[in-house]
Order: sequence, then structure tokens, then C-alpha cells
Amino acid sequence: MISAPANARRVRLLQGGVFWLFRLATYFILACATYIFLDIGIKGSRTVFTSKPPFINLPFLTEPPQTLYVFDYEGKKETLSDRQFRAWKLEHPGVEVEATSIAYSAGGIWPCIVGTALLVIGSMILALGIGISSAIYLSEYSRNGPLIRLVRVAILNLAGVPSIVFGLFGFGLFVIFFGWNVSLIAGWFTLGLMVLPAIITASEESLRAVPQGLREGSLALGASKWQTIRKNVLPYALPGILTSSILGIARVAGETAPIMFTAAYAMKDEMPWQVAKFTDFIFQGVMALPYHIYVVSSKIPQNEYTEGVQYGGAFVFLFLVMLIALTSIILRERSRSRLSW
Amino acid sequence: MVSVAEMPESTSQSVINQPAPMPERQVERGMIEIEHLDFKYGAHQVLHDVSLNIPARAVTAFIGPSGCGKTTLLRCLNRMNDLIDIAKISGGSIRIEGVDINAPGLDVVDLRRRVGMVFQKSNPFPKSIYDNVAYGLRIAGVTKRTLIDEAVEKSLRSAALWEEVKDRLHVSGYGLSGGQQQRLCIARALAVEPEIVLMDEPCSALDPIATAKVEELIRQLKQEYTIVIVTHNMQQAGRCSDYTGFFYLGRLIEFDATAKIFSNPGQRQTEEYITGRFG
Repeated sequence: MISAPANARRVRLLQGGVFWLFRLATYFILACATYIFLDIGIKGSRTVFTSKPPFINLPFLTEPPQTLYVFDYEGKKETLSDRQFRAWKLEHPGVEVEATSIAYSAGGIWPCIVGTALLVIGSMILALGIGISSAIYLSEYSRNGPLIRLVRVAILNLAGVPSIVFGLFGFGLFVIFFGWNVSLIAGWFTLGLMVLPAIITASEESLRAVPQGLREGSLALGASKWQTIRKNVLPYALPGILTSSILGIARVAGETAPIMFTAAYAMKDEMPWQVAKFTDFIFQGVMALPYHIYVVSSKIPQNEYTEGVQYGGAFVFLFLVMLIALTSIILRERSRSRLSW
Repeated sequence: MVSVAEMPESTSQSVINQPAPMPERQVERGMIEIEHLDFKYGAHQVLHDVSLNIPARAVTAFIGPSGCGKTTLLRCLNRMNDLIDIAKISGGSIRIEGVDINAPGLDVVDLRRRVGMVFQKSNPFPKSIYDNVAYGLRIAGVTKRTLIDEAVEKSLRSAALWEEVKDRLHVSGYGLSGGQQQRLCIARALAVEPEIVLMDEPCSALDPIATAKVEELIRQLKQEYTIVIVTHNMQQAGRCSDYTGFFYLGRLIEFDATAKIFSNPGQRQTEEYITGRFG
């Protein structure tokens, strides 16, 4: 029988201390996340929800941003959007008021939602197309040589490039050199390149997770390599690839730096579909949620009226990203259960 | 490919008075000839100068201790080793029905269709039983539903699985027991009507009852197919094979009729192995 070591008490104390250190670190993260969500949630709901039916501030979700006019009239403080202000002036002909105008603080964020959705869809199609293809090449076709190692290092490095550098790169290559100007397509390529490393890495992992036995079984039946990949590897890797693209979507939707030089306008009056022909559609700049939040938070004079659109925008943004994530998760679960994997 | 065995006898009489032609090798459907085969993984040679003729429509068993190269040799027969980057045949040849299967330009996909394989770990696809068996046919471009239906039933019957699964063809193959899964894999291999079926320790993960079923199946299948089976189980080799090759350290020590190998082996190493004194 071994007697208890002399330092048993010290070991036990240390054990307890380390345990609490880790536990506190975890709680700290939880506290930060809760604070952020509550802050945005509470301040944002003041803008997004109303006290009267339908309880949702529909104009905020369906109208473009407008200038807010604040003025005193007959002892009352009026806060009117651009449109309302013009109507008010028609109702009060001859009345001159000293109105303070605050940019973007009235109206809504509808064009930004649309713009962000367009940017996400286009860049994800691009990134998934290129990413899955190269992941298939890397995991199924390539032999491990110096060139492939170089490619892998390049992908890892690409993942570490700051997003503002992607923005500058996209500006230099797509906007200036290709002459695409500030446009959706320049944004698609810039954002697509930015998430490419994450998609390639995750897709490759999903492909490698498919048991080798499925490949061998298929090849042994006289299937070609491509038939094997298409029928017996890719379908089983797809749920994993979709999961990985969830993070990609959130990142594409959230990044401001890559689009501020390549795709985003601070203000645009027409909606993206108000174009004459298709080429105009892809070569137009759009408003985008993260960029709009950036603009209303740092590019216009701050006062008590700007907070509404800032937090409202952030709240809607957060909600949309969560919605996308949820959709992807549901999609993944459904494809998983269908495979009875 | 024309099978010489099927040619009419009269053709050989017309050459009777001419200078002796090259002795014509009898090419039979499903026969395998291995000559002086050397095989390497990188710098490590795993097969040394292996020569044997595997007769058609019989069961040939490869036995030997782990790492002796028997599975490697089996995987040479349908070029499954192509999947391993560093694997390389460094000498000798393998001919199936007289055709060198390692010749440049040979259609590997066609070779694998004609030389089916059942793996050590049963690997049904995560599809329904029906789709598992139909997979090879669909890959080969068969689209007609009635043809596929027929082939699925025939293959499942051949694999002695039909009675157990005929009411649930469209449930996942993963729901079957281990022994049933392995027989499903056999059915899947039979569906594309190969000439040769390679089996890599097909019973190593099965209980004795399932093993007995698969062995019975192997005995029946040899009526139509050439079967090459790798096994660790000496009794299994004895029970269901007609010919046995004993491998040790990458060399073929002895190859003969199973009855001879087990009753009167020519080599001391073989005798020691089958009597369990080493290996």
C-alpha cells in the first residue's frame, strides 16, 4: 500500500485552483457574449419593434435610409423623415422652420439587407464552386509532392491575410485593373477569395472523413474515379461542407473591409433590380448592412438621433446571420437523415 | 477477348504439317497467371518472385501469417494497389485470360468490373439494400428498371440473402447484421457479373454462423466464378478451397491442391504453419 504523498494537500489545492481558473475563463466569455447580445438586443429593439400593432417597425425594414429632420414647431419637437418632412411642408405652406438634418437616421435599411443578401449569395456560389472543386482535387486526385505542399502552405497563408488586405487587393485588381468599378461582381470575387481558404480546408476535411472503404468498394465495382467521387464520396461529404459554409456565410455577411472599396455604396437611391440590363445588375455597387452600420456609426455627426439606426441595424444584422446559420443547420440535418449515415 | 477454349477443334488440325507454332496457351475464362511478380511499397519489397497459376472456376485460398503479402497480391489482381501512391510492381507480370493487366493503356475500370472484390471490413454503401446492389449496374450505364430489378434479385439470391431482405429492399444496408452486410457486399460484387471474385478475409469480422453461411456461398459460387480468397483461418481454407498457396515473408512457399497442402505439404514451413507451430 502506498501512503498518501506528503504534498497531497498542495496537489489538491492546485487542482482546485486550476479548475476554477478554467471555469472562470469560460464564464467570462459567456458574460461578454451575454452583455453584447443584451446591449444590441435592448437598444436595437427600440428601433425594430413598436408598442402598437403590428409591433414591428415595418418602415425600418422596408424603406431606404432617409435624412431625419428635427425642428420646433408651435412649441412641439417634430422628428420627421425626408418624405414626411416634404409632406409636412405641403400641409404648412409659408411656414419657415429651422430644421436640423441628420443623415440616414430616418427611414430604414431595406437596400442594405438586399445588398448584403446579394453579396452573400454571389460570393458563396463562387467560393463553394471553386473551393469544393479544389478540395476534391487536393483530397482525391493530387499526389503528395512538393507542389501540393506549396499549395497547402499558400492556402494556410491566405487564411491568415487580414480582410482589409483583401479589400485593397480587390480594389487594385477587380475595381481598377479589370475596370469593374465599385460593383457587385468585384465584391463577389473579393469576398469569395476571402472565405476560400476556410471552405477548401473544411471541404477537404469532410471529404477525407468519408471512409476509404466506400471509395474502394465503388472502384472495385468498375466505377471510374469521377463516378466514385460523384456518387459515393461527394454526397456523404456534403453535409460537412454545408456546415463549414455556415461560418463562411457569417463571415462574408459580416466583413466590412473587403467591400468598402469594392462593392459598397454609402447611399444609393435605386434598388439593385432597378437596372436596364443584366450587365448593369452585376456591375452596380450596392448598399450593405455592415458598411451601413460603419457609416452611421463613424461617418456622420453623432447625436441622440443616430443611435436608433445604429443599434437597429446591428440588431437586424445579428438576427439575419443567425437565421442563415439556422437554415444551414436544418439543411445539413435533413441531408444527413436522408443519407441515414 | 476471344476465348481460345471456345474455338472449334478443326482450327488446330489445319496447322498440323506446318513448322511447330508457338505452343498456344490454353486461355480459359477466369484464369489468372502470375509470373515472377515483385512488388514494392516504396523501397520495401513485399512480394518476391511470386509465380502461380490460379485455375478458373475453383476456389483458391492464400494463407500465411500477417504481413506475408497475401492481401497485397490479391489487390494486385484488380489493381487496387493503384490507389496507393508508393505501391509499385517492380517485376514480373499478371495475366488474366492471357492479357497482361498491367500493360499500359489497359482499361482499369473494365478490369475491375470483371474482377470483383469483397473486402475484409464489409463496406456497404450508405444506401438502401436495393441501391447497393444496383450501384455497379447503374455505374455501368444500365438504366432499365426491369433489368436492374432482375439483376438485384438474382444477385441477392446468389448471395443467399434474398429471403432475408426481400421485404425490405429499400431500407438502408446499414440496418443489416454484420454477416448480412458482408453477403450484401458479395451480392453487390456479383451484380456486375464478374468473372473473378477476390475475397479479402471476408469472414474475419463474422461470427461462426455467419461464417458458415458465407463459406457455403463460396462453395456454390465456384460453379460460375473463379474465386480467390485470403484467409487467416486455416480451417476455412481447408473447408472451402480447392487450391491453397502458402505465403511467408513475401514469398510463395508452396502452392498445391488444398487436400495435398493440408495432408502432405511439400515444405517444412508449410507444415509448421498449418499445424500451428509458428505464424
